[in-house]
Amino acid sequence: MAIELQRHQIEQIQQDGKQTYPNECCGVLLGKEQEGRKVVLEILPLQNARDDSPRNRFLILPEDLLHSDREARRRGMDIVGFYHSHPDHPARPSEYDREHAWPWYTYIILAVGNGLPGEMTAWLLSDDRGSFFPEEMRIADRRSEKEAASTPNSESTGSST
Amino acid sequence: MSVKVIIPTPLRQYTERQDSVVVEGQTVEEVLRNLTGRYRDLYKHLYSEDGKLRSFVNIYRNDEDIRYLERERTVVRETDVLSIVPSIAGGSRRASLPTR
Repeated sequence: MAIELQRHQIEQIQQDGKQTYPNECCGVLLGKEQEGRKVVLEILPLQNARDDSPRNRFLILPEDLLHSDREARRRGMDIVGFYHSHPDHPARPSEYDREHAWPWYTYIILAVGNGLPGEMTAWLLSDDRGSFFPEEMRIADRRSEKEAASTPNSESTGSST
Repeated sequence: MSVKVIIPTPLRQYTERQDSVVVEGQTVEEVLRNLTGRYRDLYKHLYSEDGKLRSFVNIYRNDEDIRYLERERTVVRETDVLSIVPSIAGGSRRASLPTR
């Protein structure tokens, strides 16, 4: 399944990674599953709860997730995935990422090197939880979506921007 | 007695795409056992091989984490809502995982 974001949402994640550097940022991707793809409608930055090791770990508190999920449902959306940054580290999932991941959700990873946002990748956990594989990430800008309701006008980026 | 159980998106593939399910039970344990009895593929995602709730699965009765109540023995009422909330964590700085 592919995931589709708007350009300003990509920039929002990049901005969060930049502002949070050298710590890891994290947040929730709210949206809907439509025609076999996940469409992100809103980015919700959340507090990284790992006070003890914020430079190489992130944690979203279950109560924060519960409230995010309620808010999403109230507005007709779902949690479709999460993002976090890897400060001074490649945008590839670590073993620790895999151990804590869930199938179906999209996990976006943003590399931030020396405070500057770099590569951004999207990953899905296999059903047997054994490995991650890249998920196609598409970028659609709001203007083109409005202009072309019947003709999809999105550019595919593979797993990176 | 029946209570509503909120299903997170990754687990809806095992509940016939339903985002919530009404299940019988007097305690959290009874509700979850009846839920996984109805949707058997859910079991391995909620319970480990030794039959205990997985550590990265959080159960809330309304706004309260059952770990701070009576865990699975927590009593539920008709008006309660149980939420299955995944733990979300990760981070860098260990060997990168082989991907496929």
